[in-house]
Amino acid sequence: MKMTRLIAAGLAALGLSAAAGAAPGDYKAPEHHHWHHSGPFGTYDRSAIQRGYQIYVEVCASCHSMDLLSFRNLGERGGPFEDERFPNANDNPLVMQLAASYTRQWAGEVDDAGDPRIRPGIPADTFPAPYENEQIARGSNNGALPPDLSVMTRARHHGTDYVRSLMLGYKDAPEGVELGAGQYYNEYFGPISMAPQLVDGLIEYADGTEATKEQMAEDIAVFLTWAADPHQDIRKQTGLMVLLFLFVLTILVYLAYRQIWANVEH
Amino acid sequence: MSGPSTYEPKTGFTKWLDSRLPIVRLGWDSFVDFPTPRNLNYWWTFGGILAVFLMIQIITGIVLAMHYVPHEAYAFDSVERIRRDVNFGWMIQSMHANGAAFFFVAVYLHMFRGLYYGSYKAPREVLWILGVVIYLLMMATAFMGYVLPWGQMSYWGAIVITNLIGALPFVGDAIREWLWGGFSVGQATLNRFFSLHYLLPFVIAGVVGLHIWALHVPGNGNPVGLEVRGGKDGKKDTLPFHPYYTVKDGFAILVYLMVFAVFVFFLPTVLGHADNFIEANPLSTPAHIVPEWYFLPFYAILRAITFDIGPIDAKLGGVLLMFGAIAILFVLPWLDTSKVRSMRYRPLTRWFFIFFVLTCFGLGWCGAKNPDDYVLGIEGFKFLYFGQFLTLYYFAYFLVVLPVMGIVEKPKERPASIEAAVLGNKASAQPAE
Ligand code: HEM
Repeated sequence: MKMTRLIAAGLAALGLSAAAGAAPGDYKAPEHHHWHHSGPFGTYDRSAIQRGYQIYVEVCASCHSMDLLSFRNLGERGGPFEDERFPNANDNPLVMQLAASYTRQWAGEVDDAGDPRIRPGIPADTFPAPYENEQIARGSNNGALPPDLSVMTRARHHGTDYVRSLMLGYKDAPEGVELGAGQYYNEYFGPISMAPQLVDGLIEYADGTEATKEQMAEDIAVFLTWAADPHQDIRKQTGLMVLLFLFVLTILVYLAYRQIWANVEH
Repeated sequence: MSGPSTYEPKTGFTKWLDSRLPIVRLGWDSFVDFPTPRNLNYWWTFGGILAVFLMIQIITGIVLAMHYVPHEAYAFDSVERIRRDVNFGWMIQSMHANGAAFFFVAVYLHMFRGLYYGSYKAPREVLWILGVVIYLLMMATAFMGYVLPWGQMSYWGAIVITNLIGALPFVGDAIREWLWGGFSVGQATLNRFFSLHYLLPFVIAGVVGLHIWALHVPGNGNPVGLEVRGGKDGKKDTLPFHPYYTVKDGFAILVYLMVFAVFVFFLPTVLGHADNFIEANPLSTPAHIVPEWYFLPFYAILRAITFDIGPIDAKLGGVLLMFGAIAILFVLPWLDTSKVRSMRYRPLTRWFFIFFVLTCFGLGWCGAKNPDDYVLGIEGFKFLYFGQFLTLYYFAYFLVVLPVMGIVEKPKERPASIEAAVLGNKASAQPAE
């Protein structure tokens, strides 16, 4: 988004932009990439979100939760599986099917006897978390905690670019950098406890797209951006209408102002 | 200044009401017929813009409060719920968060206007002081509001700021505990901050009422800084507020709202900090804790004091100086010794003023940076030193420049009246209908 960058650059020049808080320490800034949803007119690439969801489920979800997302979100306006025939996403058969593919205890539900209730998911359920709690999550990851991904792209500067860069940023550690047990080196993060995830052909995309590393990095970044900001498309559309309205009104008021003040010295 | 009321009730009902509660008359005298200097420029539109933003904040805030949950475990998620699931929640939340920033932009421009045109001088001292009270209330409100989403910056910002109080000798710890409602920032703190954050905007609205009352006794100042003349000549210096200034303010408000809309709809999070999208975590301190941009200059002043001054240790010194930076505004009307209001006619002080504005921006810059980093990469020139220099000038402007310049400076010649300023040497101005 050109405008964003301009303003961000301006603010940075003024020093008003808060110190970059991407990763601890100062590693490479994320590589800038052009996105379908960039700019005031950009909209999400729906098929990219769909593919991204597939990557999340097949790869990321084994370690990362997305607590703020419910299955119904997938079928809501602007979501990857939105379907005009089902304005209420809870009725969307595809969404119902995706939710029902998980059978487990949901949100600590118990039955009348106090035993865990096991049932297939419904669209109102939130994405299932991979670990019971933080201790177990850390225990399975050399002490590191895989963060929740619900608002990840907003919790990092230039989040969409950042996620894509991070997925592709694994390198050999430069000299002098000590890696701890189970750590890898990532140019955009430094020593990181997440192993490289993407390799060419890792998954088979449902839509037949070739699953290169780059393709997957891009798709997961779009998916996470949508997850963090699901109303982006409608936000921009509304914004354009609001601006158009304000612009016309401003012109009218300006003309009234000129007319009222026309014969007044001031 | 407003003179005898020209309101004439026309219908039976308004006549009846007028002899019992002359509220329509009050509105008429204050916002329709009110004599307003004819030479006000756009710097005088920010008062109206501020009133609009106070309303925007209150209305959006009331809606947010219907969905927000002031609880350590749910606050963060509840704000996300608002963004995701509440009808138009994404818009209301964005308006409120960006509205705070736009409120501060407007208040700073409003205050710089006051400093440049000498609006704080007699007979408007009380008006100015009420303004400073509003500004303090705004800062308290904004600080507590920023804590509510319970992100990392909310939480750690609250710790840093409340710890400042702890620096006060003897009573500091007790006051801090009292503010926290416990021994650390936690549930009790969040709950009371929510309560106060809901309360204070209405206190602000009340003080704004007094502010406008105090404005309507002497009337508006104006860019040449001359008072409206008494008697018949007064008519030649002024225009009725409506329609002249309603339409001018209306135009300015709309332009400002357009810029606001660009942020609300297209850049909803650029003014915020990414770390605040991470839920508060007492076990993990963010690499840099920075306040919102509108507090940065004060943050820089706070950090400028790195040395003990006699019995006052560095931390307390910084705190005192930071509060002093605002407190000094209360006595400003008596520090400026010049009888000339407008900087237009103060050829030297004007430059000091411009440098003062740059100083405020510079302090903001220092506040955002690590004090040990170098300014523009110049070896040895730490932000700390830069901030200390600017802090010195900030206070010198009020304590040295304004008192001294009023005595030594020879002001430029001023026009005889507002009318003369407007017309130059043309014939007399038409009294407006
Ligand atoms: C919620 C915040 C505020 C609101 C709604 C508000 C409103 C107004 C309005 C409507 C006016 C008349 C129009 C104008 O001159 O722009 C005014 C004038 C003034 N305000 Fe404020 N104000 C606010 C905050 C402040 C603050 C923080 C200060 C100073 C610390 C201040 C100082 C003044 C002064 C000195 C004037 C008279 C200017 C003149 O006529 O020369 N105000 N205010």
